[in-house]
Amino acid sequence: MTFLEIENLQKRFAHTTAVEHVQLEVSRGEFVSFLGPSGCGKTTTLRIIAGFESPSSGAIRLDGVDITHRPPNRRNVGMVFQSYALFPNMTVAENVGFGLKVAKKPAAVIRHTVEEMLNLIKLPTLGSRYPYQLSGGQQQRVALARALAIQPQVLLLDEPLSALDAKIRVSLRNEIRSIQRELGITTIYVTHDQEEALSLSDRIVVMSEGRVEQIGTPFEIYNFPRTSFVASFVGTLNILRGQVADPARGKILVDGQEVMASRGLEHARVGDGCSIALRPEVVSIGEAAEDGNRMQGTVEDVNFLGSIVRIRIRFKDNAISLDTFNNPRLSLPQRGQALTVSFPREAVLALEAPSST
Amino acid sequence: MNRGRLGSWIIILLGVMYFFVPLLSTFEFSLRYLRGVYSFEAYRIVLADPRFGATVTYSALLAFATILVGIFLVVPTAYWVQLRLPGLRPVVEFITLLPLVIPAIVLVFGYLRIYNSSSILPLTGAERTTDLLLIFSYVTLALPYMYRAVDNGLRAIDVRTLTEAAQSLGAGWPTILLGVILPNVRVAVLSGAFLTFAIVIGEFTMASLLNRPAFGPYLQNIGANRAYEPAALAIISFAITWACMGLIQVFGRGAQGPAAGAH
Repeated sequence: MTFLEIENLQKRFAHTTAVEHVQLEVSRGEFVSFLGPSGCGKTTTLRIIAGFESPSSGAIRLDGVDITHRPPNRRNVGMVFQSYALFPNMTVAENVGFGLKVAKKPAAVIRHTVEEMLNLIKLPTLGSRYPYQLSGGQQQRVALARALAIQPQVLLLDEPLSALDAKIRVSLRNEIRSIQRELGITTIYVTHDQEEALSLSDRIVVMSEGRVEQIGTPFEIYNFPRTSFVASFVGTLNILRGQVADPARGKILVDGQEVMASRGLEHARVGDGCSIALRPEVVSIGEAAEDGNRMQGTVEDVNFLGSIVRIRIRFKDNAISLDTFNNPRLSLPQRGQALTVSFPREAVLALEAPSST
Repeated sequence: MNRGRLGSWIIILLGVMYFFVPLLSTFEFSLRYLRGVYSFEAYRIVLADPRFGATVTYSALLAFATILVGIFLVVPTAYWVQLRLPGLRPVVEFITLLPLVIPAIVLVFGYLRIYNSSSILPLTGAERTTDLLLIFSYVTLALPYMYRAVDNGLRAIDVRTLTEAAQSLGAGWPTILLGVILPNVRVAVLSGAFLTFAIVIGEFTMASLLNRPAFGPYLQNIGANRAYEPAALAIISFAITWACMGLIQVFGRGAQGPAAGAH
């Protein structure tokens, strides 16, 4: 059942459209991430949900109630900011209890809730510290506790891990997810980090230039991107350009070599230009299985990335990267060496729109 | 010591001499009340004068009132300009700088024309309302310092994010302003307040032309009629101003670490 409904949301600033026809239904307890590059409209959408921006048109409904024009302090929506936004003049406990104090809750209730929240974020002894005495990760945990203390109907997180270093980012990411699962709180998470979105979310909304490109589970978004933007933005991707040879069978010519797509190419005609996408991990060195694709090229580059070795192979106009797991016994190809690569038909994604990359 | 550092020290020494030689001379002169010996007689006479206590108390009270009105006017204005109307910043800055360009005597003549006893708003008609007019005129005089201090304080914190964080936690505007913003610009407000205090304590033109018993006109009156007491008063006046500056330093040092919102 829909808990948070975003209906045909639009936001125009003077000469630009920041958000265009965004439509989304979020279930109670669901974790949804808005993923996209800077300026794609994800933060603006989040700010409209929080009430910090008012939409040019469209509506926001929370548990069936229209909150589109309700001021932010009367929405019961918790927000966690990228810059933590802890009140510098207050201790950790005062920060966490701020919302409850504003709501005029009894002192005993505030004390109890603050204790509970500090235990939840695993900082039970830091209540008397000031924000400047905490590390970035600790500050963001306190910000999370402060947002949760008011028991909001929806938790909004605006790139909460962007200011933290890589190791803390991963551990706090897992913590956010486990707290969200424990409390069962409906959560909207904004990020430009695909790894974060893929690992945290029940569903991902991929946005570009104010529009929703695709909504789906992380599995769907990664494995079955619907547009070239989604395909190129989420994960590393090889995009090959070619011409349609047999639309019914899904046959494409890439630099004169035959490639069979996973399905037929609807609406395409023989000779039409088209783009296909391939993840580096689906391409392997050597001959294919009987019904698989096989292409021949020249090794252009070999990059050692630790656990993975990335090999770049050029055909003619197109090039492809493939990933292979590192192995001390692996004999790596040399630059300029001729090489045959293969990949299964199911791994070839024919993209809806011609790629601009 | 290399040549560059020597040059710096010479410049610092010249600066110190420029400020301190007249001050030390005034202080030395103020001690010569009794012929042939140094004494604090001039200070004793000044401090024993009931008009000294009365005028200092009057000016101090007006300074506190000026600070309160100034904070009430400047903090919400600077906050709102920063939060919602950044485009208006140059206009507001220009307005706040006007008192530095328009001489106090021009301002006070303007007040006397607008608020005289035969005008629609006859503020100069009674002592209390004249005091009120004097407070407002002091607010105007102190505006460049108060606004700049508060504005600098607001720029040092992430006003927008802190406001939004408080809003998302259910706070309304009064709570945000008094509970979140004001405590975080406390040092800046105090700086503005002490500068205001220093200005008001020594102000002469407004108080004299509005005929109020402030410390400035008393200082001038003594200066015109006595020899050593004005020097003692000047030193006392300096001491009061420096005490204000010292308090700014003390409160500034006591401030907590960097604003979280500014990370």
